Amino acid sequence: MIRLLTGNTLETGDVVWWDGTGWSLHLVDAVDVGAEGDMLLARTLAAERINDAALVDAVATPAGPRPRTIRERVRGAGPTVRLDLNRMAGDV
Amino acid sequence: MYRYDGYDQAIVDARVAEFRDQVQRRLANEITEDQFKPLRLMNGLYLQLHAYMLRVAVPYGTMSGTQLRMLAHIARTYDRGYAHFTTRQNIQFNWIKLAEAPDLLAELATVEMHAIQTSGNCIRNISSDQFAGAAADEVADPRPYAELLRQWSSFHPEFSYLPRKFKIAVIASDTDRAAIQLHDIGLQLVRRDGDLGFKVWVGGGMGRTPMLGHVIRDFIPVAKYLSYCEAILRVYNRFGRRDNIYKARIKILVHEIGAAEFTRQVEAEWAEVEPLALDAPAAEYARIVTQFAEPPYDLAASDSIDRSDPDFAVWLDQNVHRHKQPGYAIATISLKPIGGIPGDASAGQMDLIADLAERYAFDEIRVTHSQNLVLAHVRKADLYAVWTALAAAGLATPNLDLVTDIIACPGLDYCALANARSIPVAQRIAERFTDLARQHDIGELKIKVSGCINACGHHHAGHIGILGVDRKGEEAYQLSLGGSGAEDASLARIIGPGFSEAGVVDAVEKVIETYRAVRTGPAERFLDTYRRVGEAPFKAAVYGVPA
Repeated sequence: MIRLLTGNTLETGDVVWWDGTGWSLHLVDAVDVGAEGDMLLARTLAAERINDAALVDAVATPAGPRPRTIRERVRGAGPTVRLDLNRMAGDV
Repeated sequence: MYRYDGYDQAIVDARVAEFRDQVQRRLANEITEDQFKPLRLMNGLYLQLHAYMLRVAVPYGTMSGTQLRMLAHIARTYDRGYAHFTTRQNIQFNWIKLAEAPDLLAELATVEMHAIQTSGNCIRNISSDQFAGAAADEVADPRPYAELLRQWSSFHPEFSYLPRKFKIAVIASDTDRAAIQLHDIGLQLVRRDGDLGFKVWVGGGMGRTPMLGHVIRDFIPVAKYLSYCEAILRVYNRFGRRDNIYKARIKILVHEIGAAEFTRQVEAEWAEVEPLALDAPAAEYARIVTQFAEPPYDLAASDSIDRSDPDFAVWLDQNVHRHKQPGYAIATISLKPIGGIPGDASAGQMDLIADLAERYAFDEIRVTHSQNLVLAHVRKADLYAVWTALAAAGLATPNLDLVTDIIACPGLDYCALANARSIPVAQRIAERFTDLARQHDIGELKIKVSGCINACGHHHAGHIGILGVDRKGEEAYQLSLGGSGAEDASLARIIGPGFSEAGVVDAVEKVIETYRAVRTGPAERFLDTYRRVGEAPFKAAVYGVPA
């Protein structure tokens, strides 16, 4: 199991993932924050630019990280009922 | 329709300016999210799974073509070309950017709309009968009273921080199309010895602990209903539980102290409140009533309708209701195309409906709590033209109150509170019952789907209710039977263990086929059959246990 840092941007509410150097809109870019997760989360919360920041569990797959819960998979992909608005149509 | 006076417009414009300043300070990090969140929620702006969501109030579900066209403009300009009508007769936009929200609200204010009190622990949008003013069975138009409640409750200083949110519905018919027994306060306009007054229910609600309301007064004269509501709110505000969010609604207070004691306290409070002259002056009521004057009907309008187009005739029979005015009818526009998203409408569809309302329906559109739209005053001679235009836009599905007319909350596809997706379940059920002849054979059947225990999809009031739950990070669905939000209100009961998404669709089909097998005939509705035979045959069909 790996851990991902995620949240929603203040300006747009977009779902973003920590990619090691900054925030990406794409779940596939997310990196395992491992033992640094709590520190990164605290830093993110203190900066007040990412809302609802949280660490989430995921599994590393050849296609990229796959969050453990359906909730986070939907967050990563977009609404499953509007694939035209979906960032990574298909697998949730 | 009610039109803002200078005071209404001034307070809405002032709120836009205030919120613009709050947004700028948040974006500049001059205030924290903890400080800002309650401010944005007071303006209907939520942070959902993928973006900010703005909930715009549609008072008692009534709006004009100009207002609906503005909502279409908002969808195109600030969102992604569509919006979602809700079970509180409001509309939600799913993809709002924080920095643009003040401009959006400023545009809304130009057509007398806002998002105030669409969130927070305050009195929310007053809901009503979508057929108000047109229904043949109403004692009077309930909307002037709903409008007075709107004015009384907007920015009410004493009730801006209630223990929890508070919902009021007003109707004027024995047929309940607004689920009043499932509201914090339900008001039914009645006539007693020639006088108008309200029958008052208190303490209904859905959510985690569903309850039906109690009648605490058979009759309160219309001249006194505001002060009586004031007394109810005062008792609730004083004694409602603030220590536990799950026990903070008025239904819990009524349940814990008992309806009789609650009534006694309200009556005692009203004895103090009534002399304070809090009720609306007759002149103010008269001013409002004039704005809900009957439209200039064509008194020579024909009652005959050419039914020669069979598809039109099917729609006519299913989606059109009798109007109190000869020569006119009430047309419901289904936002439930087979496989579509319940309650969603594109900007183009909203523009079209605005055009039709202006041309054929005295410039009025109603939102229903079942997530459909209504043209309340259409000449019968114009129904074919309306249907033709609706059909071309995918808006003429003839399924009102049938198995595919499903209420569904946004669920886990959008909502940050949801545990499971609601919309795909509704879509799969609708697709399973695509055959219109089968739908008509099944008859009235109200399926309602919620993605979490908050019950925005009204699953407790579904003839068949479906609740999405979280099972170790995956979705599961509980099936309930026997609910009703109508005048024969009842709460649905869970019939057994939950299912997967595919499993719950199969289970629904088994329930419906069992109904067809055990009903006394096509005239016996699903709900009546369930009440007659109980859950046993349905449980046996679904779980394979003996009836």
